[in-house]
Amino acid sequence: MAFAAGVDVGSTQTKCVIVDEGNAIVARALINTGSNVTRAAERAFEQALEAVSMSRADVACVAGTGYGRFKVTFGDLQITEISCHAKGACSVFPGTRTVIDMGGQDAKGIKVQDGEVLDFVMNDKCAAGTGRFLATAAEALNQPLDAIGELSLQARNPVRLSTVCTVFVESDIMAYLAQGKKVPDILGGIHGAIAARTIALVRRVGLEPEITFTGGVSLNIGMVRALEERLGTRVNVCDDSHFMGAIGAAAFALERAMANAVAPVPGVAGAAGAA
Amino acid sequence: MAVTAEYQGRLHHLQKELMAQYYRELTESSEGHGKKAAYLLIGGNPVELLRAFDILPVYPEVNALQLAVKKQSLGHIQAAEGMGYSTDNCAYVKADIGLYFSGRKTPFATIPEPDLLLCNYVGCNVYLHWFDHLAQYTKRPAFHLDVPFIRTKSGGPTNDDFAYVMRQLRQLIEVCEGITGRRLDEDKLREAVTLSSKTGELWSKIKHLTKRTPSPYDAYFDSVTMMAPLYCLRGTPAGVEFFETAYAEYAAKADAGEGPLAREDVRFVIEGPPPWPYLRQFRDMFSRWNAVAVASTYSTVGGLWEFGFVHDPDKPLESIAEHLLRWNLTNRNFLQRYDQIERYLEEWHADALVIHSVKSCRLFSAGQGDMREYFTKRGVSTLLVESDLEDPRYFSEAQMRNRIDAFFESLAHRKLTHAQA
Repeated sequence: MAFAAGVDVGSTQTKCVIVDEGNAIVARALINTGSNVTRAAERAFEQALEAVSMSRADVACVAGTGYGRFKVTFGDLQITEISCHAKGACSVFPGTRTVIDMGGQDAKGIKVQDGEVLDFVMNDKCAAGTGRFLATAAEALNQPLDAIGELSLQARNPVRLSTVCTVFVESDIMAYLAQGKKVPDILGGIHGAIAARTIALVRRVGLEPEITFTGGVSLNIGMVRALEERLGTRVNVCDDSHFMGAIGAAAFALERAMANAVAPVPGVAGAAGAA
Repeated sequence: MAVTAEYQGRLHHLQKELMAQYYRELTESSEGHGKKAAYLLIGGNPVELLRAFDILPVYPEVNALQLAVKKQSLGHIQAAEGMGYSTDNCAYVKADIGLYFSGRKTPFATIPEPDLLLCNYVGCNVYLHWFDHLAQYTKRPAFHLDVPFIRTKSGGPTNDDFAYVMRQLRQLIEVCEGITGRRLDEDKLREAVTLSSKTGELWSKIKHLTKRTPSPYDAYFDSVTMMAPLYCLRGTPAGVEFFETAYAEYAAKADAGEGPLAREDVRFVIEGPPPWPYLRQFRDMFSRWNAVAVASTYSTVGGLWEFGFVHDPDKPLESIAEHLLRWNLTNRNFLQRYDQIERYLEEWHADALVIHSVKSCRLFSAGQGDMREYFTKRGVSTLLVESDLEDPRYFSEAQMRNRIDAFFESLAHRKLTHAQA
């Protein structure tokens, strides 16, 4: 039995997924990246292996992705998370045409067809509309990060946020609190503002259904609803949405591992060697 | 190890030698025992007219980019910001102003004080103010050469435009006569234009060599090595010598089937200037995908010789006006810029378009989002990335690399799936 793994080293969290030869997930691991990126990749991989009592030798091919992909020193392939999110989204939701990925420091839109990236767009040197923005807001409101999505759904009169700047959002929140605005209303405004900004970004590649929402922020139900409300359509999410980059990487690794299989992305091995 | 082949042959050494000579002339002028100096801008530069008066051309843009390549731009930029120049202002301007007030000393030359500030590109309002500020600081005269933008359907200047520029060129001659204290030497002007026409013809032939597969050199990263001689040495025998050598060497490489990289997997066209402070890193991001630029719009900012322009020694002044008006990238409208890229994609057999947008130059970068959409809709794989040409603070290496890797990954994947289909 051949197994393959994908390790997604993100700015905030490192995810690992192991798949069997039918591309079914057999193990997953999630840890905080921290300052030692190589160690984070190794730990995530080890945790996933331990979860199913496997050893490294059982895994035929490992693909690294995310900003830290070049630090996945034990990996056989290095592929950008753009390709991996597209691949992962299409393997879980085959009808996917647009991927919205919201991670720790990135927000991106990817236009796909049959798992192939047609076009993509990303936020540029600005953390507005990313997980980091939500974390800052949660902190300013003294709320746990995993609770703010639900809370935002209780908004009755969402505030109009004048900024989506991760740095300035704190002072905006303080101003609203001083005005006596309710926490859910502030959170409703925050989620709405980010959703609107992200949709504007993704429109640049063309927004076509089905839309699959991936990355850590996809676990936030408030953001799912805010996107759906503004898009006028539902978005695909699943319990593994935040693992989508790792799932895609594992799918590429599996393709590479399969005997006589065509290399999924020619040049990737060469590129990895050149790095 | 990143696989970057860089040309280190005779051409490379000749470029260093000839540019060092040019920089020596700048330093001599700054010390008061050299030629008179005129600052001018690259866009369609009328350097031939200055040659006729033995005036040394000084390009503040070239000085600024050299500072950036040598990682010395940021201090000057910050000094200018300290004076009140906005963070959003053109970083070339800020680096130059900072340099001016730090004593004009660079690792390559001491830049002379100007005897004339020839603002030959007034299409950029920031440049217009740049030269006005320099005029204030240096107390030297500024001459604004107002070249009307192309705005006709035919893509050419009107007769009135032409007459208007000719009138200004005659006024400029009077200004140069006043500065040098001598009358225009018609023979000298004709000689400079003759040398320029030879340089232009060679440059055009060099640019057509990249139609070959593999391309004998990178039309972006290697072209920039030839751009400084194109501006600083054009209209001189040294300029002709340089481009004769360049043509001979690249033609030999083309005949031998040699390219800048061991393999050429992707041929791309690139729009926009390079991020000078990170030139090597930027080049490596393409080289690792065996991607070679076969054409670049940036290498045409000084003139569009490869599309048929050549100076006419029998009509020296008229051909300088033609250069400024018709064969000047920075004077062209967006549709003409699209046409130029379309020709490159087709005639130079390119697979993709990369647009490098510049944060601190809104004039040239505005509209590049539409440009990307225009080419994407025509089925051209197009990547838009953004940093800056001069300010290192705008360059995020991890983000840039991520975008470029993702682009070439998907391009490679598409090639593969289409080949299988």
